[in-house]
Amino acid sequence: MANLDDILNVIKDRHADADVSVEDSFGDAVMVVAKSQLLDVLTSLKQEGFDLLLDIAGVDNMKREAPERFELVYMLYSVGQDLRLRVKVYVPEDDLNVPSATGLWQAANWGEREAFDMFGFNFEGHPNLERILCHREFVGHALRKDYPTLKGQWATSTSDLRPDLERE
Amino acid sequence: MGVKMTPGTKHESGIITTKLDEVLRWGRKNSLWPLPFGTACCAIEFMGVVSSPFDLSRFGAEIVRFSPRQSDLMLVAGTINYKIGPVMRRIYDQMCEPKYVISMGACACSGGFYDNYAAIQGIDQIVPVDVFIPGCPPRPDAVLNAIVKLQEKIAKEPQRGLRHIGREHGES
Repeated sequence: MANLDDILNVIKDRHADADVSVEDSFGDAVMVVAKSQLLDVLTSLKQEGFDLLLDIAGVDNMKREAPERFELVYMLYSVGQDLRLRVKVYVPEDDLNVPSATGLWQAANWGEREAFDMFGFNFEGHPNLERILCHREFVGHALRKDYPTLKGQWATSTSDLRPDLERE
Repeated sequence: MGVKMTPGTKHESGIITTKLDEVLRWGRKNSLWPLPFGTACCAIEFMGVVSSPFDLSRFGAEIVRFSPRQSDLMLVAGTINYKIGPVMRRIYDQMCEPKYVISMGACACSGGFYDNYAAIQGIDQIVPVDVFIPGCPPRPDAVLNAIVKLQEKIAKEPQRGLRHIGREHGES
C-alpha cells in the first residue's frame, strides 16, 4: 500500500516546474496548486489512486488576509489506499475562470455547479453550468461576503429538473 | 351548529330539520382532507398526528391526499424557501374551492430561525393562511387544536358556493 508522502513526491517530481507546495492542516495534507497547473495535477492525482472526489468547496477571503480573494478546495479520497488529500487553488477576483474537473470525476458536476451558484466561478468545459441551489431568477452569488445575508429574492417560475420529460 | 339532536327529543321518524348551508358547513368541517405540503421536520411530526397515538381521524381529517385535486386543506409543514414558493402557490391554485391553509411550525409561519437569503419569512406572503401553529416543531396537540379552530371557523363562515346552487334553481 502506497504512502501519502510517496504519492506527493511522485507528483512533485512529475510537475517539477509547476508551483506545487504541500502543507499540513488539521491532520490532513493540503496541496496548493497554481491555477494554470490545476487540471494537470488533478489528472496525476487520479492516476495515483485518488479515485473519489468527495466535495468541492469555495472560499471568499474578502475579509481576511489571503493571496487572492477566492479559493477552491477539492477534497480527494483514495478508496484503495485510504488516503485523504485536499487540493487548494487560489482564484483572483478579476479572473474567475477555472478548468472543470468533470472529465476526471463525475462528482465534480454538481460540486462545481454549487461553487458557481454560491461564488460565481466559471468552470470552463462544464457540461451544464447552471445554478443548483438558488433559483434561476436569483441575481448575484449568495455566499460572497459582499452579498447582503438577509436579501431574499422572489422566484416567479419553476425550473424543470428534466426538461426533456416536461416538454411532453 | 348545523345538525344537532336536542336531548330528550324522540327522533322516531328519522327526520332532522336544518338549513342547507349549515349541513354543508357541518359536512365540510368534519371531513377535511389534508394535503401535507411537508418540506422539513414538521412533516414528520404530522405523521405522528395522523398515527394512532394522537389519531387525527377523531376529527374527520385523517384521509391524507397527495393530490391537490382531491384535498381541501393544505397543511404547510416545514421551511418554504424562495425556490419552492412558486411550486406551493401552484399547488394551492390547483385545489378546488372551498380550500383552507394551515401554516404549521415556526418556519412556515415566519421563516423560523432561517432569517437569510433563501427562506421566505412567512408563507402568508404567498397564500392566504387560515390558522397558524407556533412551535418548532409544534406538539401534536397543537395540530389537533388547529384543526378544531379551523372547524370552528368553517362552522361560522358565510355562505360559500351556495350562491351558484341558488341561481341554478332560479332563486335569489
